[in-house]
Amino acid sequence: MTLPPLLEGRSVTVLKGRSARAWAGFAAAAVALFAIAPLALSDFRLGLLAKYLCTAMVAVGICLAWGRGGLLTLGQGVFFGLGGYAMAMHLKIADAGPGNLPDFMQLYGTATELPWWWRPFGNPLFALAATVLLPMAVAAVLGSFIFRRRVKGAYFAILSQALAAAFAIWLIGQQETTGGTNGLTDIQGFFGYDLDDPVNQRMVYFVIAAVLLLLIVLVRQLIHSRYGELLVAVRDSEERVRFLGYDPANVKLVAYVVAAGTAGLAGALFVPAVGIISPAMIGIVPSIEFVIGAAVGGRASLAGAVLGAIGVAWAKTALSEEFPAAWTYFQGLLFIVALAFLPGGLVSLAGVVRRRRAAHAGGDGDYDGDGDGDGDMSGDVGKGGASANAGGEKAPALPLGGTV
Amino acid sequence: MTVILGQTFTGISIGAVLLLIALGLSLTFGQMNVINMAHGEFIMAGAYTTYVLQKSISGAGLSLLVALPVAFLVAGALGALLEWVLIRRLYLRPLDTLLVTWGVSLMLQQLARDIFGAPNVQTRAPDLLTGNITVIGGADPLTCASSRLFILALAVAAVVALSLTLRLTSLGRRIRGVVQNRDLAEVSGISTSRVDRTAFFLGSGLAGVAGVALTLVGPIGPTMGTNIIIDAFLVIVVGGIGQLKGTVIVAFVLGAMQSVLEYSTTVSVAKVLVLVAIVAFLQWRPQGLYTLRTRSLV
Repeated sequence: MTLPPLLEGRSVTVLKGRSARAWAGFAAAAVALFAIAPLALSDFRLGLLAKYLCTAMVAVGICLAWGRGGLLTLGQGVFFGLGGYAMAMHLKIADAGPGNLPDFMQLYGTATELPWWWRPFGNPLFALAATVLLPMAVAAVLGSFIFRRRVKGAYFAILSQALAAAFAIWLIGQQETTGGTNGLTDIQGFFGYDLDDPVNQRMVYFVIAAVLLLLIVLVRQLIHSRYGELLVAVRDSEERVRFLGYDPANVKLVAYVVAAGTAGLAGALFVPAVGIISPAMIGIVPSIEFVIGAAVGGRASLAGAVLGAIGVAWAKTALSEEFPAAWTYFQGLLFIVALAFLPGGLVSLAGVVRRRRAAHAGGDGDYDGDGDGDGDMSGDVGKGGASANAGGEKAPALPLGGTV
Repeated sequence: MTVILGQTFTGISIGAVLLLIALGLSLTFGQMNVINMAHGEFIMAGAYTTYVLQKSISGAGLSLLVALPVAFLVAGALGALLEWVLIRRLYLRPLDTLLVTWGVSLMLQQLARDIFGAPNVQTRAPDLLTGNITVIGGADPLTCASSRLFILALAVAAVVALSLTLRLTSLGRRIRGVVQNRDLAEVSGISTSRVDRTAFFLGSGLAGVAGVALTLVGPIGPTMGTNIIIDAFLVIVVGGIGQLKGTVIVAFVLGAMQSVLEYSTTVSVAKVLVLVAIVAFLQWRPQGLYTLRTRSLV
């Protein structure tokens, strides 16, 4: 295919090829997750993988909101936490048994009965629904406030970050009802199954893998729908979309709410996989770490974001156990290199190389090739790869205009 | 009555710290539109500079005085270096500056941990700044910590110095010119890249000064920057980008709010309430308290 870079991803034939490749990639991922990983990995490693897959779920939402919609949400920890705490509260109540208080409440001895806002979580159906609906509702309220008033770009990023900080601080402050700094620890059972049992842990892993694949399919459909096009249009020029008669606030809101839902689900499934949820997992630092994976892999490509999230989470475990200091340097460096020099993430590397080579060979390259089955990103993002449009093809009217 | 006055003073002193931290940001974020997450680590650099100087200079008062200019230079140099190596490539991508400088901040934190150790360290305040000063005497006296008064004075001095620099000097005119219209400034013969670097030097240097002040009120540690930087960013966002007077007003208002709410609720609830108030405020004025009017459509 010899399409000029501007037409990349626009032609129907390219779309079809992309779709076929994406499904092939998806099938490969399913085989890897459901057949290869359970056979090849020990119980311990599989448990770790389950944890990484939860991070990948958050990355799926980040890919939609940030990669497609340009909404850099640094507060995904809040939604992850809402989902996680909703799930953990139910599991704690279930662990304690009817009429008993969760262990940490007995420990502090101040509470004599379950706080009113804990009580509904005793119901498994309510708790399950809350893990997804609660974060989505919070995101909907907050997002409609923020987007209606056209708070965007850096302002949005900073506000969402402040939200993560405030949420973590609030949780720490509520020692008696949330476990404070410790969080909700030592979770034993998962809807009647003993989590200490390796068989049940494997079951949890399969649930997580299935949910991740489901989320990928759902968000991919969303990205390739008319809505997905609109979202990219809002990212690139909000005013023009407004002139066309759409309300950009609603478009952004949907992406933000869906991202919150995936993060909530991730948090909910993280709890049985790891057995704990605490403010340390949802504050500013983890919220940014959720973004790191997506950024390193490729924020605008689902495959890139998911693989990046898993890869970075894996690297963290592998390196930080042995060399905690080295890991921090490496993490910082990863971030700098990926964002400053390779904004499309690792998945854009193939495309960048190919385009370079094509430029030398006189434009004979395969422009669709990002190797991720989602090839429209590096040209589309408008932030450019290392290629000619790195300076931004549209001169921003305001200094903030570039990535707003 | 004394309680109210006492709370007001606490508010003012929280505001002064916020102001001092946010002042450098009002240059790098407000004027340059660069979200420098490593700003907190420049504050940390200023604090550790004080710590190092105190080890080599006997006399806490003298070392503090020496630390002010030295911390300014150290943090400023770090800022200029950061600008030169990374940020100048990213002026059109403000959100990416946020994440890239976060990477830098991670590395600086680890560097501090490797050099000075993970536990917090403490500096000795000069005798002059350790006691309390009685503002209102009598049976129900109102006292305030002299270190807090020093920070307030330092913040005021820094604001005056910065606004005079921006207003009166040719450097200040060049900075404002570049901020208002980069292309026109370049055409007028201003080296915008040099102005960028100088502005970054100044803004980061102010972070260093803030770091010196912070040694008087709290411990010095590798993560001290992360905890305060968000508050400072909020001050700029609410104050209005590129607006010094907005920064000043909002720093004190948020400080007062924090203090009053902390008094009537708890520290953590106060934090949340302040944030809610900020979101509500941005509903009313999405561009912050003061805005630079432009004819831009975006």
